[in-house]
Amino acid sequence: MKYIPTIGIECHVQLSTKTKLFSEVDNDARGKEPNSCVSPVCYALPGMLPRLNGKAIRYAIRAGKAMNCEINASSRFDRKHYFYPDSPKGYQITQFYHPIIGAGYVELPSGTRVRIHHAHLEGDAGKLTHFDTYSLVDLNRVDTPLIEIVSEPDIHSAKDAHDYCKELWRLMRYAGVTYGDLYNGNMRFDINTSLAPEGADALGTRTEVKNLNSFRSVERAVEYEIKRQTKLLEAGEKVLQQTLGWNDAAGVTTGQRSKEEAKDYRYMPEPDLPPIRLSAEFIAEELADFPLMPNDYRERFGGTIAADVLEVLLDYPELMCKLGEIDEANVVLVSNLFSSVLLAEEKSAEYLNDLPSAADLNQLAEMNARKELSSTATKEVFMKLFDPQMKGRGTEQIAKELGLIQENDLSALAAIVDVVLAKPETKKAQDDFRAGEEKVIGFLVGQVMKESHGKANPSAVQEILRKKLS
Amino acid sequence: MKIANKEISAESLVREALEKVKKYADYNIFTFVNEEGALKKAKQIDAAISRGEKVGRLAGVPYALKDIFLSREGDTTASAHILEGCASPVTATAVEKLEAEGAIMIGRTNLDAFAHGSSTENSYFGPTLNAYDKERVAGGSSGGSAVAVALNIVEFATGTDTGGSIRQPASFNGVYGFKPTYGTISRYGVVAMASSLDCIGFFTRTPEDMDLLMSIASGQDPKDMTTLPDYYNLSTGSNAAASPIDANPPARTIGIVKDFDNDAVDINIRNALKEKCELLKSKGYEIVELEMPVLRYALATYYIIQPAEVASNLSRYDGVRYGFRSEKSGGLNELYENTRNEGFMPENKRRIMIGNFVLSSGFYDAYFLKAAKARTLIIKEYEKAFQKCDFILTPVSPNPAFKLGEKVNDPVAMYLEDLMSVSLNLAGVPGLAIPAGFAPDGRALGLQLVGPRRSDKALIEFSKELR
Repeated sequence: MKYIPTIGIECHVQLSTKTKLFSEVDNDARGKEPNSCVSPVCYALPGMLPRLNGKAIRYAIRAGKAMNCEINASSRFDRKHYFYPDSPKGYQITQFYHPIIGAGYVELPSGTRVRIHHAHLEGDAGKLTHFDTYSLVDLNRVDTPLIEIVSEPDIHSAKDAHDYCKELWRLMRYAGVTYGDLYNGNMRFDINTSLAPEGADALGTRTEVKNLNSFRSVERAVEYEIKRQTKLLEAGEKVLQQTLGWNDAAGVTTGQRSKEEAKDYRYMPEPDLPPIRLSAEFIAEELADFPLMPNDYRERFGGTIAADVLEVLLDYPELMCKLGEIDEANVVLVSNLFSSVLLAEEKSAEYLNDLPSAADLNQLAEMNARKELSSTATKEVFMKLFDPQMKGRGTEQIAKELGLIQENDLSALAAIVDVVLAKPETKKAQDDFRAGEEKVIGFLVGQVMKESHGKANPSAVQEILRKKLS
Repeated sequence: MKIANKEISAESLVREALEKVKKYADYNIFTFVNEEGALKKAKQIDAAISRGEKVGRLAGVPYALKDIFLSREGDTTASAHILEGCASPVTATAVEKLEAEGAIMIGRTNLDAFAHGSSTENSYFGPTLNAYDKERVAGGSSGGSAVAVALNIVEFATGTDTGGSIRQPASFNGVYGFKPTYGTISRYGVVAMASSLDCIGFFTRTPEDMDLLMSIASGQDPKDMTTLPDYYNLSTGSNAAASPIDANPPARTIGIVKDFDNDAVDINIRNALKEKCELLKSKGYEIVELEMPVLRYALATYYIIQPAEVASNLSRYDGVRYGFRSEKSGGLNELYENTRNEGFMPENKRRIMIGNFVLSSGFYDAYFLKAAKARTLIIKEYEKAFQKCDFILTPVSPNPAFKLGEKVNDPVAMYLEDLMSVSLNLAGVPGLAIPAGFAPDGRALGLQLVGPRRSDKALIEFSKELR
């Protein structure tokens, strides 16, 4: 029997606000001592009250827009109770009943649409590190603002699961709401997978694999679950409704707890925070400068840039934004420089924040088109545009200083060719060529290049040589 | 004023208060006496006055702080074992405002642990005794504060009122006790009981003092998102009800609740209410009888919403980060269980259990959600009532101070103490407990004035008519 997999994904996105969701303490704990970004609200001193960070509301509006979602005019916070040392208050402040972001959809590069059920704001939990006889608690991450994005079960393959997660990652970074650093857990994915016989109305029993932090592990975990569940079903066994972990090294999912012992979170409206009411004007104002999204760029550049290059470049909102400023005629060259030169650089990540001006890039492309710069010289000048010593000087000046501008003046080139042909040491080659030995043309071009100190345009030189030797 | 005019020094006032603290030690009023800190502050104030500097409106005034407010003076225990030794790094907004005006904290006062109770008998430090009869309870939960003001140890005391915790002990000890409109005074830095019901307020011996304290402590606080925009000091203070900011005509009509006048209410309290009504009539006020049948559900509603929020708010006391931790804490679950089992009082545990029950999946709709709906009806019931009258006069509790130990083993009888007080917290409306003489056996009697939301200043002003 053939089984159709159905997958729904929950994604936690850490927002890159300056301060935390419920208190004015540093939200960026990267490289900081444990428990150094912690306010009395975070560690739940008695009498402390949450103060809602307005920036997180603005980010939620942007994130919602990126996913084509409704922004709810009224939303509210709830308490989700559980005892664990990563939760100092004994509850997480989340939005269970009335989330801020309503239904929407994400379109994958393949054209598949994955509907979004809703997305809500909540505070992150702390982090525990376990040792033999004790555990240490780090509360730096407590109350870091999160958006939890809940998809509809619209995904039916590991590839689409991968693409959905990646597209979400892109959308959140284009919307400017997260650093999107997967290695540091800025985005974490929970995948729900079930299998049902082809043509069946009802979905099968699902398992949930929690806390995946790379697209590759999402894809592998889904593949693994599909295989594992298929094997069970084919053997006539039942799939247990379970929460699982992912062992990336071994490539297997591992049992965490079965849903039978599911916790009762005793949700309750958060009495310390009044409801959030958003006027249409406020939402419109926040979205006034909303940037282009990956699909906007696909539409714009789909006919110009090769699809595989475009998909690579789409991972970098900074590059796409820059490409958007480049003249139509220069887009192909600049996109190639971005994909094959810049991204091949070891320090490309650093360069992304300080890209050359559109004017410099346009000029570079035009000089290349006019054959003033060879393709090698174009690449060299391009990288100099990132050099702190040179970048301010402009493309043309840099090219000149480096002596990279090609001689394209045909009469000047003809004169140089004449000088070379007059040299006795080229005599034999000239004869050989006339006798039909094609390949010696290379030697002669080389001699001209040498004479011109490398500034001659080699193809123009060859053309002149052929004429003169015919 | 006397202090600023150098008629009397702040230091002598503080010394006098500290002496009274010792004199009345057997009442078990204080959990902490701020001898050193209070004297130091008094000397600073006297020095400032002698230098001719301007001092605050409460300069040198000794006050008592319910031991549920966070400040850097003394540990904040909430009279609970589980918070023992908990020194706070922050100060409550209300305390900051009082101290900025020069008030001097003499000591922290006893309460039912975490403010759970109506007699101060649930304190880890034992009960506080009634100011007029040492065999009787002080009321609660702010028992220590009420007795400290009644015995004239301090000029005023702070309290918190979630279901009557200011008004009932005020009436048991013959002083004024005010629960403002919800959100009038910041809750920041006050150990939470039930967040949607908790109000910060005061005990005083006069309405004038109450008005001054309210004008100082009220106001919107960015640290408490449930505080209302400033209104108290914008009120006219005329005893006009509906919108105090408007120049409405003074109050003319006073309502009394028919349901509260029955045999379950102590005869002395019923008589006191009648006397006050006669007094008002003689002053030209109209008395109207109100039917408020929805208030019958107030106590049941309260004992669902309040324990739910209590259970949630008490989740943070787990022995991990501060306060008491059980010696028996091998594993994580053991740490939680033993710390909370040893650290909480029986009444705390009762409310945690009720609260978790009404929030548990499968019961939420039947209990919590239904109670939330009933709460909306109660809010509407008060709105309707205030279309017929300007203020309402009711008993605070069904009886005056009862005997120590009389109700400790009967939680339901103890909960019935809150019968007439909790509906105000559910509706968010202000209530002022006023002294109403004494029963023949010497027990203090009190009544409660209720006003519409934000009529606080007018309500306090109106209470002068009933002196």
